Amino acid sequence: MLKLILRRLVQMFLIMAVASLLLFAIFDTPDFKKRLAVQELGGFAVSALSEDSYQAWLSERGLDAPFYIRYTNWIGSILQGDLGFSYEKNREVGPLLLDRLANTGILAFFVFALMIPLSLVLGVLAGMKEGSVQDRTISFISVFTTSIPEIATAILLTVVLSLGLGWLPAKSAMIRGFEFQQLILPVLTLVIYDFGYVARMTRASMAEVMTSQYIRTAILKGIPYRRVVMRHALRNALIAPFTLIVLQLNWLLSGVVVVEVFFEYDGFGKLLLEAALFPDVEVVQACTLVAVAVAVVSQIISDIGYTFLNPRIRFA
Amino acid sequence: MAVTEIDAGPSVLDRLSRPKPLIALALLMWVPLTAYVMFGGRMDGYADTVLLPAVPATVLLYVLGVRAFRESWVAVIGLSLVFFWLLAAVSAPYLPLLDPNKPIAPFVTPFSEKRDVFFWLGTDFKGRDMLSRVIWGCQRVIVWGVSATMVAYVVGALFGLISGYLSGWWDEVISFFANVLLSFPVMVLFIVILNYLGPSGFNIVVAVTFASAPAIMRIVRGLALDIKTRDYVFAAQTRGEHPLYIMIFELLPNVRGPIIVDACLRLGYTTVAITTLTFLGLGLQPPDPDWGLMIRESAKTAMLWKFSYMLLVPALAVSSLILGFNLMADGLREMSLRD
Repeated sequence: MLKLILRRLVQMFLIMAVASLLLFAIFDTPDFKKRLAVQELGGFAVSALSEDSYQAWLSERGLDAPFYIRYTNWIGSILQGDLGFSYEKNREVGPLLLDRLANTGILAFFVFALMIPLSLVLGVLAGMKEGSVQDRTISFISVFTTSIPEIATAILLTVVLSLGLGWLPAKSAMIRGFEFQQLILPVLTLVIYDFGYVARMTRASMAEVMTSQYIRTAILKGIPYRRVVMRHALRNALIAPFTLIVLQLNWLLSGVVVVEVFFEYDGFGKLLLEAALFPDVEVVQACTLVAVAVAVVSQIISDIGYTFLNPRIRFA
Repeated sequence: MAVTEIDAGPSVLDRLSRPKPLIALALLMWVPLTAYVMFGGRMDGYADTVLLPAVPATVLLYVLGVRAFRESWVAVIGLSLVFFWLLAAVSAPYLPLLDPNKPIAPFVTPFSEKRDVFFWLGTDFKGRDMLSRVIWGCQRVIVWGVSATMVAYVVGALFGLISGYLSGWWDEVISFFANVLLSFPVMVLFIVILNYLGPSGFNIVVAVTFASAPAIMRIVRGLALDIKTRDYVFAAQTRGEHPLYIMIFELLPNVRGPIIVDACLRLGYTTVAITTLTFLGLGLQPPDPDWGLMIRESAKTAMLWKFSYMLLVPALAVSSLILGFNLMADGLREMSLRD
């Protein structure tokens, strides 16, 4: 167990190191340096700048040092909490990113609060009796909802619930402070897109458990069906979905971009996109690093959780 | 009674349902369409004739597909949805459509007439015909979506075969880089790559390759690990065949079953990704019509119940295409389990 955790941690460290190296190398071209100069000094000043004074500016910023020195400097400042400066938002990246991450966190909290019970209940109901009408209905619904891309779900929900019926606001910009009503459409969009996948995996896991020997024995012994499902089947059937749900965090960080941009919700995804379009290189780098960190950590939690929950592996 | 059946022999459709004619038909449909979308701007005058052979090829492929899938109605529905858009894509120049980029009359609601023109799906905020924009738009979505998936598959399968068959250091290195790429959330990876390369169709292909190839590589690697212990692989090794020969002629044909199902699903993902990226402003560029672009432009102007058709039309179009791919994948999986 301890060995496994250690191996995973080393792996995580290596992945983070390579990912950050790639990320740094991508944005280390002369082109991007020039853009940085434009952002810092203004476009006019840069066009008037002679080659010598541009080189002087580069060395003043430490941009003409060898690649590995700049990389270590960059990593060092990030580890000290200095994530850089956003020229578009005119703010330090650190606090800015924290703000936006908190907003996305609120969104993610409600998504998970709704998605986990929904998908688990539906998955268990479907997997309980494989091939029954209820199984086929639930399976069809989950295939159908995952087939519709998020952007289309967002549009359908907005058109029906907001433009047509007028129940909910169409945008979630939260201009007058936090309003729960504005959060409903983005949350619904993400849940509708995502629950089908988890439900299908839960169904597969449940169906597998229900065909196992010990469930058959329990039923043949005459234990009431409800009790067999609730006490014997569920425990084993929910191990796989647990790891899956943790991994949905990774998915959410990419799914959230479209939804936040469409509903104009000020979260992590919108920040990343705006930074990419501006381009605000340090914001893009910081956002990506955070995303990779979240993904890697959730992967580890899911792996360790799986071995911890599954006694066959834990005691092996 | 039975004699006639024996005498009849395989019908024309049966003969066409073999791999070689099928591949020939698919190429006959695909090559003109890709050439038209990617290089159509450079072929002046004869651009429209290029697509001509693709139309009958598409119809014939659809008929053959329905015949092959007839046992699963789910797959037939999926196939029909996909081929509806494929047919629309290849026959767009021959349909009596208005110019998709020409402003006529803005904000005309669907099924109404204005300036003596009947608009089935209305016009957008610039007055361009929605019907022709949707049909022309599917060309770009389909061509770039399928091209990107194919490139990702070639790269992913190649690395998967190397990693699975050669094992050892190759496997360690390739798997590690796959893990690094997989640890980026997909959309974040897209944004970073397209931010670096700049938005265009070819760069989308590159971005999709980076995002999808690691997952494909993992699948192919797993299959290759399983298959390389088979006798026919040993036979080839004993004959002294080159590893590359074994990978391509012994392993690759035998991993195609599970790969086809996955490819169908992945076509769906890629199409979604392209539409989404265009919506975000990182994908294909205006003014040519594209579903993501239609959503992007309308989301800024059409936030009213009366004009919601501007958003609904492209949204339903992309949903139906994805649904088609997914149902097809489901049907294929069902059929492969039955065999």
